[in-house]
Amino acid sequence: MYTTELSDKNKKPSAAAMANEDPVRLAAFEARVAADNFIEPKDWMPEAYRKTLIRQISQHAHSEIVGMLPEGNWITRAPSLRRKAVLLAKVQDEGGHGLYLYAAAETLGTSRDEMIEALHSGRAKYSTIFNYPTLTWADIGAIGWLVDGAAIMNQVPLQRTSYGPYARAMVRICKEESFHQRQGYEITMTLAAGSPEQKRMAQDALDRWWWPSLMMFGPPDDNSPNSAQSIRWRIKRETNDQLRQRFVDVTVPQAEAIGLRVPDPALKWNEARESYDFGEIDWEEFYAVVRGEGPVAKERMNARVKAWADGAWVREAALAHAAKRNGRLAAE
Amino acid sequence: MKPLVEYALRLGDDGLVLGQQLSEWCGHSPMLEIDLALANIGLDLIGQSSHFLKLAGDTEGEGRDADVLAFHRDVLDFRNALLVEQPNGDFAQTIARQFLFSNWQELLMRELMRSHDATLSAIAGKAVKEVVYHARFANEWMVRLGDGTEESRNRIIAGLEWMWRFVDELFAVDATVEELIVRGVAVDPRLLRAEWDARIAQALAEATLEAPKPRRAASGGRSGHHSEHLGHLLTEMQFLPRAYPGVAW
Repeated sequence: MYTTELSDKNKKPSAAAMANEDPVRLAAFEARVAADNFIEPKDWMPEAYRKTLIRQISQHAHSEIVGMLPEGNWITRAPSLRRKAVLLAKVQDEGGHGLYLYAAAETLGTSRDEMIEALHSGRAKYSTIFNYPTLTWADIGAIGWLVDGAAIMNQVPLQRTSYGPYARAMVRICKEESFHQRQGYEITMTLAAGSPEQKRMAQDALDRWWWPSLMMFGPPDDNSPNSAQSIRWRIKRETNDQLRQRFVDVTVPQAEAIGLRVPDPALKWNEARESYDFGEIDWEEFYAVVRGEGPVAKERMNARVKAWADGAWVREAALAHAAKRNGRLAAE
Repeated sequence: MKPLVEYALRLGDDGLVLGQQLSEWCGHSPMLEIDLALANIGLDLIGQSSHFLKLAGDTEGEGRDADVLAFHRDVLDFRNALLVEQPNGDFAQTIARQFLFSNWQELLMRELMRSHDATLSAIAGKAVKEVVYHARFANEWMVRLGDGTEESRNRIIAGLEWMWRFVDELFAVDATVEELIVRGVAVDPRLLRAEWDARIAQALAEATLEAPKPRRAASGGRSGHHSEHLGHLLTEMQFLPRAYPGVAW
């Protein structure tokens, strides 16, 4: 899973903050980035670069963790032993992605506990896509196919992102995501070739997940406050609209191949551009979901906060035991 | 029912029911590392179960595959031990259940590798490597919770107190198993008890805990007489294949 960088529109790195940076170091940094060298944790970096990365990587990590919930909703109801095992493995992969990403963000000088606190208090964002409910088994297919498919479009370029630990985490994550995408498509394909009830589930899932999936790429380029700086620093490598277009071009034929209809009356192949033209995204809905007004946003966050609060005594016990053990070792 | 079918169902249902329960933790556990570990253990158990249920279906020879056995039997036909259907409760209950079960399962799988039935032996050979890790995970958490804080200690004591009554069933032998033991197909679980007791005692000592007092054992799972929990678990697990029978997923 992936979240494109979401932030409040006015939180652009200020010119004043940049002016405080040492111009010589800044120039050397920019030259390294422009030459496609990786920046490593101990290297000097501008504060705004550090902050942007912490925000983006932690949002990405939070998305993986919150993203376990909509799919986790169907693990206990998966319709065959094989589907159950694959889904459990997939959701476990997403948890693993969260773990590497928290670790990558920690190299920038923040702790996992701080990031989790920011998520629970609502200060940190996560991908809007996970605030939609999973109503039927077909939603598990649609998430793998569309949501992980969109994630791959976003993440493949991030394997070359300028921050080394993030880029390396992304290499492994991309391998797993492409497996997730295939398993989702396979679920959808099976349903689309199944009984009328199954076919209805598959079409209904596509109808509900299509537009939220397109929104996953973030605001349009002319309204994406941090894009230009992020591209200059090679944190991002392609714009939201470029990635979104590529996703549409790849996904529409996949839907057609299994007899499903993409819910966009304006969708049309454009010979001249060799790309699909598609309808206007409901940005009002997007910004509402970013603000936390998604259909199941409250439930998602309540579930995370409850797990964290209910587990506090376990984490305390682990720390207390480790301290006792270390004390005994020291005494020996 | 052929004894081997019955035996494979018992082994398969233990894994299926416990795997199903562990999967409920996914996304809701006390920390990310535990989410991953419990999902992993659940995944192993569901994998083992698929093999045992396939063996049951193949041996029965009436065309029931592992999915039909998993999704189209009701409570009276499930053969899992009562221990594995006890609800997750808090994390301490889950760990107490896993501790008692995985230590037993590790010994069982180790011996089952020597079964004269080639399929049972092969499944056990793969499973034992997985279960060694499950037992280690559970033992380490027993120690952390027992020798952690006062709260964790009280919770793990309560978890053990509850789960303890279901232990004897794991070591019980009935006519079905007896016949298979004689043929060298099944493991005689009575022979595992001393080693299991010693392992449990050692982990409890490290956890600064005492074993619960002996109590009247609860049993019935192996003959289909379960707790009320199993029916609800099956209702959820079997919903889709029951609601839309006869289609592929």
